[in-house]
Amino acid sequence: MSATSPPIATPPTAPAAQDERLVPISRITRTLRRPELGSLLAALFVFVMFAITDSSSNHLWLKQTGIAAWTQQAAFFGIVAVPVGLLMIGGEFDLSAGVMTGVTAIVMALLVGKWHVNTWIAVLITLAFAGAIGVINGYIVVATKLPSFIVTLATFFVLRGASTGGVLLLNSGSTQITVTQAHPPGLSSAKSIFGSSFFSSGSLPSGYSTAILWFIAVTIVGTWVLSRTRFGNWIFAVGGDQNAARNTGVPVHRTKILLFVATALAAALVGIISFTQASSAVSEQGVGYEFFYIIAAVVGGCLLTGGYGSAIGAALGACIIGMAFEGVIYAGWDSSWDFAFLGVILFLAVVVNTLIYRRALRARR
Amino acid sequence: MEKTASANGTPALEVRSVSKYFGSVNALDDISVSVHAGQVTCVLGDNGAGKSTLIKILSGVHVPDKGEVLFEGDPVSFAGPRDARARGIATVFQDLATVPLMSVWRNFFLGNEPTRGRGPVQRMDIKGAQKIMRDEMAKMGIDVRDPDQTVGTLSGGERQAMAIARAVYFGAKVLILDEPTSALGVRQSGIVLKYIIQAREMGRAVIFITHNPHHAYPVGDRFVLLKRGRMLGSYLKSETSIAELTSLMAGGAELEELSHELQRGVDPSLKEVAKELAAEAKTPA
Repeated sequence: MSATSPPIATPPTAPAAQDERLVPISRITRTLRRPELGSLLAALFVFVMFAITDSSSNHLWLKQTGIAAWTQQAAFFGIVAVPVGLLMIGGEFDLSAGVMTGVTAIVMALLVGKWHVNTWIAVLITLAFAGAIGVINGYIVVATKLPSFIVTLATFFVLRGASTGGVLLLNSGSTQITVTQAHPPGLSSAKSIFGSSFFSSGSLPSGYSTAILWFIAVTIVGTWVLSRTRFGNWIFAVGGDQNAARNTGVPVHRTKILLFVATALAAALVGIISFTQASSAVSEQGVGYEFFYIIAAVVGGCLLTGGYGSAIGAALGACIIGMAFEGVIYAGWDSSWDFAFLGVILFLAVVVNTLIYRRALRARR
Repeated sequence: MEKTASANGTPALEVRSVSKYFGSVNALDDISVSVHAGQVTCVLGDNGAGKSTLIKILSGVHVPDKGEVLFEGDPVSFAGPRDARARGIATVFQDLATVPLMSVWRNFFLGNEPTRGRGPVQRMDIKGAQKIMRDEMAKMGIDVRDPDQTVGTLSGGERQAMAIARAVYFGAKVLILDEPTSALGVRQSGIVLKYIIQAREMGRAVIFITHNPHHAYPVGDRFVLLKRGRMLGSYLKSETSIAELTSLMAGGAELEELSHELQRGVDPSLKEVAKELAAEAKTPA
């Protein structure tokens, strides 16, 4: 870089009307750049694959029975996977989200079944409890600057140990807490909102789980927040470049803490749903689910290092996991194969997403 | 320095005889720099001259140990960078504070997003934000056709332009540019210099920090030379030339010495460099 020739000193007479290097970007490229594209293709592929391998009588996979089964599974994972995806875009992990679904179900069961609290008040207490854990997770992460992976792993173990030990202590040595009253106050109305079903018909007497509606609602809210609100802009920024975010005035700490709270609240929602469905809760429920949420988010195109991804992608990732769990049963394989299958899907998704991500950074091509 | 003076009378930002010490190191000693609205003041200095310390004082990161900072004629003591920014002093640091994976319009409004609606339906005014971003970038001479294009795909010069356009749009009266051309090629540097002129034409006071007199001279109205924390001189454009600036910066005698050293070497390409250095050392005389 020679410094001997003075560069142009005067501005060109007119601002360039158009930069000749800008190549018009086709609609196809634009579509290819969407982070959830890979997961949409993968979801379609998995659906078709299980339609082919379906060995159940009457090919139930393509009927309402099959759809109701995997959508319920997907809903249970997806309600948490969407906020976990947002958290990941914000550059953090929450390994305590899985056990949180179980702990909150136990809190519900203790409040309603053992202490005879009105179910709606129990819902509020449970949400407050989960929110507090979320604040603690987030606060420790931003205050200590430790990796959230470690901080939430610690929370995970504390919650797991304390809930199991606590249940044994309070429940005279039994790990299951069941509601024994005939009509606990508020339980039937709470059940109709959280743990019920809809669209039951002759061909599907049990209907679709209410959890599916919550899943759809969470996905819509997550997408809206991420793509349309200021908070969404801040999520991308704190995950993409925390220093730049801080220097432009983004409240980095508040953004991260709120994301941890959202994740904990979503996990509590799943806990409330599973408690109202079964009117009971078992300790150790939800342990291991944290990885499914992360898999769903990653399969859905959320970048592990933060700054990129979508809520719809995470929801599609949850659908893939739901299909994998149910599809293996319909195919008549041993359910142990779920994990091998998910591993392959995870690997493929990461490869595809990396390609898409590189393409996004090279948008001019 | 009358308070009633026009924008040209009172400097938009001025430091008077400031000094800054870090332990036993005298990072800045008795430095005075001023910049008026619609003018570019270039702060020139080699590595270790104290440019960074000066920027940090101007942008409110450091408080000087001696001397005073005047903003629009009034002595001020900035509580921090946020305070300086709130008064209209925008510093574009070398890292530019952009997020590569985010689109241009999202970066442009980062932390200052325009919204529509209230309460739970409050949302970003995306159409409005995209339009403003396009208009502001067009003023800088850049046509952003695809507002969803990520900043990571912009060139270094365009990224600088975006950071400058953003600072100007969000009310910067004083624009401090920290080595905006140092990481750029010749052509890209030229483009950034063009943006500096645009910002000046918009009536902003610009402080342009650089170690390259060839970049400073064409755009600057006033030149302040720093060397090892001291002021080597302050010149109006009419009082100096590129050659003189170069020579002052490196120190004419030192250049000549370096040229002799290089000529003793065997590498023929080094001899070329030596000749150039010798020529540069002589020119101001």
